[in-house]
Amino acid sequence: MSHGPSAAGGSLVAAPADHAHEPHVPVFTGARRQELDMILGRYPTKMAALLPALWILQEERGWVSEGGMAEVAGVLGLTPAYVKGVVTFYTMYHQHPVGKYFVQVCTTTPCNVCGAEDVVKAFLQHTRCGELGLTSPDGRFTVIEVECLGACGFATPVMINSDFLESVTADTVPDVLAELR
Amino acid sequence: MGYPHKPHARESVVLSEHFGSAEARTLAGWRKRGGYQALEKALGMAPADIVSVVKDSGLRGRGGAGFPTGLKWSYMKPGDGKPHYLCCNADESEPGTFKDREIMRWTPHALVEGCALGAYAIGAETAYVYIRGEFTEPLQQMNAAVQEAYASGILGANAMGTGKRLDVHVHKGAGAYICGEETALMNSLEGKRGNPRIKPPFPAVSGVFGMPTTINNVETLVAAVEVVKRGAAWYKGFGRPDNPKSTGTKLYSVCGNVARPGNYEVPMGFPFRDFLHELCGGPLPGRKFKAVIPGGASVPIQTMEEAEATLMDYEGFVAGGTMLGSGGVIVFDDQQNMVKQIARLARFFAHESCAQCTQCREGTAWTTKIMERIRDGHGTYEDLDTLLDIGEQMTGKTICVLSDSCAVPVASGIRKFRHEFEALIPKKQGTAFVAAAVA
Ligand SMILES: Cc1cc2nc3c(=O)[nH]c(=O)nc-3n(C[C@H](O)[C@H](O)[C@H](O)COP(=O)(O)O)c2cc1C
Ligand code: FES
Repeated sequence: MSHGPSAAGGSLVAAPADHAHEPHVPVFTGARRQELDMILGRYPTKMAALLPALWILQEERGWVSEGGMAEVAGVLGLTPAYVKGVVTFYTMYHQHPVGKYFVQVCTTTPCNVCGAEDVVKAFLQHTRCGELGLTSPDGRFTVIEVECLGACGFATPVMINSDFLESVTADTVPDVLAELR
Repeated sequence: MGYPHKPHARESVVLSEHFGSAEARTLAGWRKRGGYQALEKALGMAPADIVSVVKDSGLRGRGGAGFPTGLKWSYMKPGDGKPHYLCCNADESEPGTFKDREIMRWTPHALVEGCALGAYAIGAETAYVYIRGEFTEPLQQMNAAVQEAYASGILGANAMGTGKRLDVHVHKGAGAYICGEETALMNSLEGKRGNPRIKPPFPAVSGVFGMPTTINNVETLVAAVEVVKRGAAWYKGFGRPDNPKSTGTKLYSVCGNVARPGNYEVPMGFPFRDFLHELCGGPLPGRKFKAVIPGGASVPIQTMEEAEATLMDYEGFVAGGTMLGSGGVIVFDDQQNMVKQIARLARFFAHESCAQCTQCREGTAWTTKIMERIRDGHGTYEDLDTLLDIGEQMTGKTICVLSDSCAVPVASGIRKFRHEFEALIPKKQGTAFVAAAVA
């Protein structure tokens, strides 16, 4: 397996710990508030900063909770219901906590004809997730199938958190996972 | 893998010339390769003159529809007192397509330059580059290039010392194929659900933030840079002499069952047979090509015989019964079952439907259900007619063409690979029996 230059930065980055059951520190303070203010300066409306603000939230917390949506709604002058309507449209915001390593395997046609389904099976087996979308008993992995990742010539591409791996095969899955230990 | 291949001798590398060079990613390296000369030249021209050059070059949109770029730019009326916007479509999610990704990974400054140039040409001060959220590395490269361009005064309030304001902002998507549709992209950029909008009004009248907007694909904008730098006549020199409607070079992404997948850049009118067998290395050892989808998942499937007789340009692909589309070439060999793969495509479209329009929401879902039923050996002959009928109801009836796109591979698949469908339908079953008896 080769990560090629795509695994920019080299090492695999772990998602932030899941603070689902801890009281939240507000996200948009300090440096994160400044980042949001800079982003707001790019658009004529506050609403346009919604996707970027949700990204900041997810980077900080690992997922987008109802409380987090309310917080984003607060800083952008939107209603929580509106924010939820937007969150649910997109596939990349996690609406519940996921494993420390969130594994997305492309199985759309171009990858499918190159054996992507075997790659999924290998991940499910070696991570002990058992089923797509379930988190492994040790809380480390969640594996899902994803639609075309825009890297079809490098079948099978796999995203682990924000790391983008290319040319993964069923045989190289154990090596990929070994790097995460 | 991962690194681009060395260009094949028969490629015409213009946009992909510097793929694979780490140095070309930096501002200094890009300038060394002639970077930002086109922008400098453009900023010394009147916007209308840039539009004429692009019109004259024959450049057409590389995002899928092939709309003439200069004409699109000419719809923007300078001096109307409204802010104008340029949106760069870097949502690249059409299955089979991964060329914009490589442009942004390897030559991010080419796109920054293209955005600045395009914005100036349409009377805009601001360009947004909407990049799909999964593109980790292209996002990093583009953010770094934009930063460098601001730091060196190429962008900002006094762009290249001309006193003109030019801003380029990178906007990260969050996972949705439909956000590649131009009006859905605008809604998404505005912080809304990515539902396509009814047209008219067209973006040039009321686009992002309700203002006049032009939207262009990544490859279109980097090609415009070369057009301005080297001239319309030079650009028109690529292509077949008997077809002035398709000019320039085109980047094709090749994937599926092929010996050397990757991006290839060839002039318009290149023979598809040579492309597949020479450049891409033909089939994998011991296998045979069976079918090709030449322009991303939304265009009709070609049999190998059809593909091998096709010339690769907008008109050539139409003559071959399909479309150039996004240039995502998906190759299937004799080990693939077409029913299974078409079912998978249908599932893709069902997953990605925004569900606004009934025909699309219901049609993509039912098409998937029936396709998978046939795949699993529970189909009937009537199902084939039902699929074609649903497909007709899904075509030309919705706000955007995602619905039509789902019907396309199914209809062309049934027409061209009917035997594979029939082989999966249980025999001695009502209709089949009658059909056999009549025959
Ligand atoms: C469902 C759908 C998805 C699309 N996805 C993309 C895309 O990912 N990238 C793109 O450039 N164009 C995409 N398009 C085409 C755009 O709507 C638009 O035509 C294009 O960005 C215009 O740019 P161009 O004139 O430079 O080609 C899509 C269209 C549809 C209907
Ligand atoms: S189909 Fe897998 S990346 Fe495109």
